Amino acid sequence: MSKIRVVQYINQFFAQIGGEEKADIPAELREGPVGPGLAFNAAWGDEAEVVATIICGDSYFNENLEKAQAEVLEMVKSQNPDMFIAGPAFNAGRYGVACGTIAKAVQDNLNIPVLTGMYVENPGADMFKKDVYIVATKNSAAGMRDAVKKMAPFALKLARHEAIGASCEEGYMPNGVRVNLFEKERGSARAVKMLIAKLNGKPFTTEFPMPSFDRVAPNPAVKDMAHATVALCTSGGIVPLGNPDHIESSSASHYGEYDIEGVMDLDAAHWATAHGGYDPVYANEDADRVLPVDVLREMEKEGRIGKLHNKFYTTVGNGTAVASSKAFAAEYAQKLKADGVDCVIMTST
Amino acid sequence: MVKEIERAGLPVVHICTVTPISMTVGANRIVPAIAIPHPLGNPALTMEEEKHIRRKIVETALEALETEVDDQTIFDVKY
Repeated sequence: MSKIRVVQYINQFFAQIGGEEKADIPAELREGPVGPGLAFNAAWGDEAEVVATIICGDSYFNENLEKAQAEVLEMVKSQNPDMFIAGPAFNAGRYGVACGTIAKAVQDNLNIPVLTGMYVENPGADMFKKDVYIVATKNSAAGMRDAVKKMAPFALKLARHEAIGASCEEGYMPNGVRVNLFEKERGSARAVKMLIAKLNGKPFTTEFPMPSFDRVAPNPAVKDMAHATVALCTSGGIVPLGNPDHIESSSASHYGEYDIEGVMDLDAAHWATAHGGYDPVYANEDADRVLPVDVLREMEKEGRIGKLHNKFYTTVGNGTAVASSKAFAAEYAQKLKADGVDCVIMTST
Repeated sequence: MVKEIERAGLPVVHICTVTPISMTVGANRIVPAIAIPHPLGNPALTMEEEKHIRRKIVETALEALETEVDDQTIFDVKY
């Protein structure tokens, strides 16, 4: 039997073309495996091989969703593959979204099995886990070996159109589709074991996880903007030049609060970004491109808004844990309220 | 972070480039931005032109804050 033909999608980083400064490169097709494809080929041996790799910059894909999708789709089609793999993307947000988007597009348009992999907190996971199989990986590329170990055999099963077991057996993220399976122990025994583990404070896995729909209802609109105090916040990492509070360039452990009393413009001599997840050149040239202080100062003068709040809150939203982000904002939201702020503009990169 | 600000009782608008992420996370008022590394700017333009589009985006954000919404809403910028 001939080898299963696989096409893989990866980003500029895993193709070793470059980091954020190359995130805007358009899609290109290369023969054979590149980067992670080598590990997949090794895992598959004679069973399957990456025949071509499509490389695309993360920013290019996300900023040109329709166009990039169409381009990549054509490239996949041209290779006539049996299977498509995107990523794994770990905790890289734009990469995860790109992987999910393109995997779904290939599945829907070309009718071949697809697989991607990413960390459970990657925004691409929630967006696409119901549409395509996503293997849960670790949160950084250090988990590549582990990801390949899970993804390679699962990809073979998918490519061969074998029966797919439940998510807990195969290692994909639960997608809402129920799969019947026989447990070794009966329900009563499992329930008692769980209860004993719980009473002893030991870990156990529920068989009936509750869905988490964490939605917050919108607050009423601002009635009188001409007298309102508007605050700026950002996940784009804008900080005073030199990053005095040492906010980490990724996986930030804290946020910064900075005074902009009398600051009319975030110029390059005083402000920059600490963010390590996008090309910082533009933000460092003019931080108003991320945090629009200049425009809001004008609007303040013209009376469009009452006042721009004299402090802004900032952190780096790059692989930063959801729990940390929640804690940061829950804390500074109380400060904003105490300071009499009426509404907030949050900017993200 | 947007959700926690909303939860605290402050109306909030999210200006971001990849709006599907904002929708997934659960922002209620969303304004699309220009590009990931420069959401409120465009280095291909002159400083004046750039400031003009930045103003349009911020104006749309203010209008979003002035608009009652029942559900997640994307407010497109009129350039």
